[in-house]
Amino acid sequence: MDRTVVHIECDGVGKSYLQKGRTVPVLEGLSFGVRERELLVVLGPGQSGKTTLLRLMAGLEAPDAGCVRMHGEPVTGPGTDRGLVFQSYMLFPWLTVLGNVEIGLDIQGRRTGATRAQARDKARAYLDMVGLSGFEDYFPHQLSGGMKQRVGIARAYALEPQVMLLDEPFGQLDAQTRLSMEQETERIWRANRKTMVFVTNNIDEAVYLADRIAILEGKLPGRLAAIRDVPLPRPRDPMDVAFLRLREEITAMQKLAL
Amino acid sequence: MRTAPPPGRNRMRLRLLSVGSLLAFVLLWQLCVAPEGVSDWRIPRIMLSPPSEVAALFVDKLTNPKPDGETLVVHAWVSMQEAFLGYLLALLVGIPLGLAMGWFRTVRGLLRPIFEMIRPIPPVAWIPLTVFWFGIGLGGKVFIIWMSGVVPCVINAYIGVRMANPTYINMSRTYGATDWQVFTRACIPSALPMVFGALQIALVYCWITLVAAELLASDKGIGYLITTGRFLGRTDLVLVGMVSVGLTGALISLIIDRIEARLLAGLRR
Repeated sequence: MDRTVVHIECDGVGKSYLQKGRTVPVLEGLSFGVRERELLVVLGPGQSGKTTLLRLMAGLEAPDAGCVRMHGEPVTGPGTDRGLVFQSYMLFPWLTVLGNVEIGLDIQGRRTGATRAQARDKARAYLDMVGLSGFEDYFPHQLSGGMKQRVGIARAYALEPQVMLLDEPFGQLDAQTRLSMEQETERIWRANRKTMVFVTNNIDEAVYLADRIAILEGKLPGRLAAIRDVPLPRPRDPMDVAFLRLREEITAMQKLAL
Repeated sequence: MRTAPPPGRNRMRLRLLSVGSLLAFVLLWQLCVAPEGVSDWRIPRIMLSPPSEVAALFVDKLTNPKPDGETLVVHAWVSMQEAFLGYLLALLVGIPLGLAMGWFRTVRGLLRPIFEMIRPIPPVAWIPLTVFWFGIGLGGKVFIIWMSGVVPCVINAYIGVRMANPTYINMSRTYGATDWQVFTRACIPSALPMVFGALQIALVYCWITLVAAELLASDKGIGYLITTGRFLGRTDLVLVGMVSVGLTGALISLIIDRIEARLLAGLRR
C-alpha cells in the first residue's frame, strides 16, 4: 500500500445536536484525509467535538453536512472494516475477557463461516498481542483500567479492521499506566501498520504517537485549526529536545486556536 | 460520619436486632391476649389466639388432619404445587413476551394495548370466571396465579430491554451484528438484572394471589385451612394458616435471593 493514498477522509463534515430545543453546532466544515498506514492523532481540548468526529467516522452517526469516505466510498453505517476503542472500555460485563474478544469474531463468523474454534484461537492470539495471556477467564470487573483497555484494543484488532479508531482510549488511566499503554500502542501499530486515528486531548500523547496531528479549535463548533507533521524518529523520547520543542510549538498553536 | 464497625461485629449486631424484634413481637402478642375465661383489658380469646397456642396447634397440625380433613403438610404441598406451576408458566410466557415487546416494535404495537388493559385488573377478579371455566381444582388457581405472575414478568423484561445500555447495543452493531444478534447477544444479557428482579416480585405476587384464590375457591391448601378456621370460629386455626403462608413466603424469597446473588455475580461491573 502507498503511504500517500488517502484511506479514510472527512469532506466538509458538519454535525449539530438538538439540546434543550436549541441547535448546538458541534462540527463545522471539517476536511482532512488519513493516509494509508498512517497514525493520525486528532488533538483537541474537551468540548471540541472530537468524540463526535470519531463517531461519524465509525458510522455510529451520520453527518448533517459533508461526507465521510473510505477509499472513496461514503460511510453509511458501522462496519467491521473499522475497529473501535472507546474511552469507557465498553466491555460486556457478563462476558469473560476471552468472551469479549470472541463475540465480535463469533458474530462475524456467522457471515464468513469461520468456526468457533477459529474464533477462539484468533481471540487468544490477539489477547497475547496485548499481553493478557492468562487472563482469558477473568471478568471485566476483576481487571484494572489499563487491562480493561487492553481487552478493548485486542477486541478491536481481532476483527482485523482496515482502520483503527481510538477515542481517548487512555483518558481514564493514571499517568504511569497511560505512558506504558502509549508505548504498547506504538509497538502494536509498528508491528502491523494499520491506519490509525487516535483522538486525544493530551499533547504529549499526540506528539509521542502521531505521524501527523490534526489540531481542532478549542470551541464549538469544532473546526480544523491546523495539521502538523511530526517528523521525529521512533520510538520517541518525551525528554528529547526536539520532542519538547515540537510540544511547545503545538501548545502555542493550540493557544492560538483558543 | 460514623466510622463503620468491623464487618463481623456488624453482621452479628444486625442478626441480634432481627431476632430481638421478632421475640419482642411474639411476647407482646402473648401478653395482649387474655387467657381462657378471663375478661379484662386484654383481647378476648374469641378474637385472637395467643402465639403459644398457635405454635402448639402448628406442631399438632403437621400430622393431624382434623378438623379440616388434611394435615398442614398436605395443605402446604398443594399450595406450593399450584403456586409453582402458575409461577413457572408466568415466567415462561411473561419474560419472552416482555423481552419481545421491548425489542420488536411490531410486538409492542400489537400487545401493549391489551396488556395495559389487563394489567389494572386485580388477579382475584378473575376468580368467578375461572370457577366457571375450571371449577375449584388446580386449573383455575394456576390460571389466576399465572395472571398475577405474568404481569411483573412482562413489565420487568420490557423495562430491562428498554433501559439496556445503548453503548452495548452500539458496540455489537459495530461488529456487523444483525438485529436479532444485537437482541440476543447484547440486549438480553444487559436486561438480565431487571429480569431477575421479576423472578422475585412475581413469586411474591403469585404467593399472595394463591392464598386469596384458595380462600374463595378450593378444597385443599393453606387458604382453605384459613377459611375452615373462619367457619369453625377458630382463630388459632386461622393463625396457623397465616403463619404458614408467611413462613413459606419468606423462605422462598430467601432461596431466590441466594440463587440471584450467585447468578448475577458475573454481571457486576
